[in-house]
Amino acid sequence: MNQVLLQKKVLSENDRVAESLRDRFRQNGVLCVNLISSPGSGKTTLLERTLEILPSEARVAVLTGDIQTENDANRLKRFGFPVKQITTGGTCHLDARMIEKHLEDWDLAKLDILFIENVGNLVCPSSYDLGEAAKIVILSVAEGEDKPLKYPSIFFQSELLILSKTDLLPHAPFDVELAEQNARRVHPGMDVLHVSCLTRVGVAAWIRWIEQKRAAQVESKAQPAG
Amino acid sequence: MHEMGIANSILEAVATEVRRRPGSRASRVGVRIGELAAIDADSLTFCFDALSRDTDLEGLQLEIEVCPRRHRCDPCSETFDVHDYEFACPKCGSMQTKFVSGDELELAYLEVEENESSALAEKSS
Repeated sequence: MNQVLLQKKVLSENDRVAESLRDRFRQNGVLCVNLISSPGSGKTTLLERTLEILPSEARVAVLTGDIQTENDANRLKRFGFPVKQITTGGTCHLDARMIEKHLEDWDLAKLDILFIENVGNLVCPSSYDLGEAAKIVILSVAEGEDKPLKYPSIFFQSELLILSKTDLLPHAPFDVELAEQNARRVHPGMDVLHVSCLTRVGVAAWIRWIEQKRAAQVESKAQPAG
Repeated sequence: MHEMGIANSILEAVATEVRRRPGSRASRVGVRIGELAAIDADSLTFCFDALSRDTDLEGLQLEIEVCPRRHRCDPCSETFDVHDYEFACPKCGSMQTKFVSGDELELAYLEVEENESSALAEKSS
């Protein structure tokens, strides 16, 4: 009997591809963000509200993941930006290889922002690095305030929590303060934004968050590596 | 429910390791899973057994070590397990503590049995 120490990550192959994507994004000055939520929390609608107010010359693209259908890509293509659907055919998350493959015929040098809309799921996407600069988790006020405690992995990894569908607050028994408290118990210091895609309240703050994030990335690239 | 993909990645890593040691047989693989890794141990074991059945790796034992979330205290350097999102340092009470581990998804070790013919081959070579 011989015991061999392995000491490597189970998903080291995914992580290797993700790291090479991250390098390419940095080299080309592309801010890549990975949007994650349970199904129906409003990822696609948030992207619609985002694309509709961006100027037509904005250098933005979207990869949107689902198990089946091209529905989301069709909704998002109306705004004139490059959009591609990734249908996973049953897989409950996107992985780095899928991103690499779907970026093959896009010139990253012509992009500033790449939105990745993950498959609706609060669990599995948290294990797969896609090379993004930030994961963003969306929780609608139609869900429970305790979701951060029940699904800590994704809230722990996400830099920003977007509380969506805030227009429903007068009708939904949802305690915003408690939800934020729970998120910050799992991830002290995480950013939180409130957005209604129906009334558009909060959409501008979300765009500002993205712009600041991209400016910070460009600035960090300009500085010599330490 | 991505334990199937994780189980498959573990089996691929083991198969690669076994190929590097001709004539050997893997008997046990150890993995470390943090409680923040979003992996269910029972489900992973189920998928692992289902995927290894009727393959060269059938019978391979999976041993899972679940790792708690651990924080380190900034002021006093105490490192401690976090239970129920209680981040205060148990030694000095400070809230200035930082995450150090608990999101592992790692292959720890592999136990292999070298069979006699390969051991002999090694000796004679």
